[in-house]
Amino acid sequence: MYFGKRRNWSIPYVLFLVFFVLVPLALIVLFAFTSEAGGFSFENFRKFLMHPEAMNILIYSIGVALITTILCLLIGYPAAYILSRMETSRARLLVMLFILPMWINFLIRTLATVALFDFLKLPLGEGALLFGMVYNFLPFMIYPIYNILLKTDQNLIEAAEDLGANPRQVFFRTILPLSYPGITSGIMMVFMPVISTFAIAELLTINNIKLFGTTLQENIYNGMWNYGAALSLLMLLLIGIISLLNTQGSARAAEEGGLI
Amino acid sequence: MRRILSSSYLGILLVMLYAPILIIIVFSFTEAKVLGNWTGFSLKLYTSLFEGGVHHSLTSALWNTLIIGLSAAVVSTLLGTMAAIGIFNLSSRQQKAVQLVNSIPILNPDIITAISLFLLFVSLGISQGYTTVILAHVTFCTPYVVLSVLPRLRRMNPSLYEAALDLGATPFLALRKVMLPELKPGMISGFILAFTLSIDDFVVTLFTIGNEGLETISTYIYADARKGGLTPELRPLSAIIFITVLVLLILINQRTAKKTNMKTI
Repeated sequence: MYFGKRRNWSIPYVLFLVFFVLVPLALIVLFAFTSEAGGFSFENFRKFLMHPEAMNILIYSIGVALITTILCLLIGYPAAYILSRMETSRARLLVMLFILPMWINFLIRTLATVALFDFLKLPLGEGALLFGMVYNFLPFMIYPIYNILLKTDQNLIEAAEDLGANPRQVFFRTILPLSYPGITSGIMMVFMPVISTFAIAELLTINNIKLFGTTLQENIYNGMWNYGAALSLLMLLLIGIISLLNTQGSARAAEEGGLI
Repeated sequence: MRRILSSSYLGILLVMLYAPILIIIVFSFTEAKVLGNWTGFSLKLYTSLFEGGVHHSLTSALWNTLIIGLSAAVVSTLLGTMAAIGIFNLSSRQQKAVQLVNSIPILNPDIITAISLFLLFVSLGISQGYTTVILAHVTFCTPYVVLSVLPRLRRMNPSLYEAALDLGATPFLALRKVMLPELKPGMISGFILAFTLSIDDFVVTLFTIGNEGLETISTYIYADARKGGLTPELRPLSAIIFITVLVLLILINQRTAKKTNMKTI
């Protein structure tokens, strides 16, 4: 092709991907279907179904992730909307201010939240957990929605106005539907990390509330690799289902999430 | 009226986002052991952070973080750039396949990446330490380097490279003099991104660092916070990290701003 025979240059990375991405994922599946004694079995999944504790934690985590996502959407959408209406240079600066905290280690951010609650003499617990989650993940909701609102064709909005829609109708029937792609990436980018974190909950509730991530980590740490792998596989499946439900969101979410 | 309402909404959100960080920065300038007690202005926490001695473990955690971050960033920039050049020359079907696998570490929640790599290392009986952490970080950093170098390749004018060959340059010389300067901006953003991702990482590090006492800033903070007492020196450290990230971000932003300006010209 254009640059000579450099296609071979992809070989080291392909091998790397196989060894460090595909094989490890296959190992999760392998461990999940192996009993502690060795040999193929469904024992780990049976254990999950028999023990209500892990199941309850999973359901509770999904609940926390849902509430966090809804709060982020309710708080973040107006912010993204206001930002998208501002003159560009000012909006860019403000958007950067919103994204900046995202680049600080989330443990430091979480500890800062603990500090804030201590400072205001507020108790740690469920309320602190939700505040901490929203605080940590709000920028992930604002950014994709802002981006999509910015790209929205102004003519469509004007057309709606010209055709006699009142401001409320313009918003609910034109602007909001046009921003769905941004909303779906935002939901993915908030819901997915919330459901898999563990340290945030530990620090903000003084270890009183466990999320599914904590259960995963504890099992692996206590040497229950097979059970831990089975739980990881369940989480992978859950996340796979959510991504499938949201076909367009995931790839874009990844692109917009990592880069500035 | 509307303007005031909307600006104050953004203002309140920003205050909420920054209040915790500001509290940490403000209280890094006082000596009190417990956060929230103001015992007068002092730089003692800053000096004792760098003197080592008492807080030797924190300083070594800081060094480990930087060494791991730099190694991971260097390795993933080299590997990712080479991979991007290779991928660019593959057939479009192969490109799609490699890019699909390339996106797995980006899409996977970090705890899944962490557990899968943990299982890999224990299955192979590799003892965990520096090498495993760096390998793990390279795993989740390289995809981002590939993604930031590939667009540069796509945008490059292929005739330039061919012209160099026609004028008698060896493929290596053409690579060095024509291709690399074009790829450099992508490589630099990839490097910075890899470095920030690495120093920011906690979950993957925790699972691949082993239990030989090796610590990074993240694992140190985690262990410290679980013990209940937060080392006061973490306050100045967080303040320094915040300022560093701020400066890095402004630098990256200027780079991209320059790039967009050039595009409009």
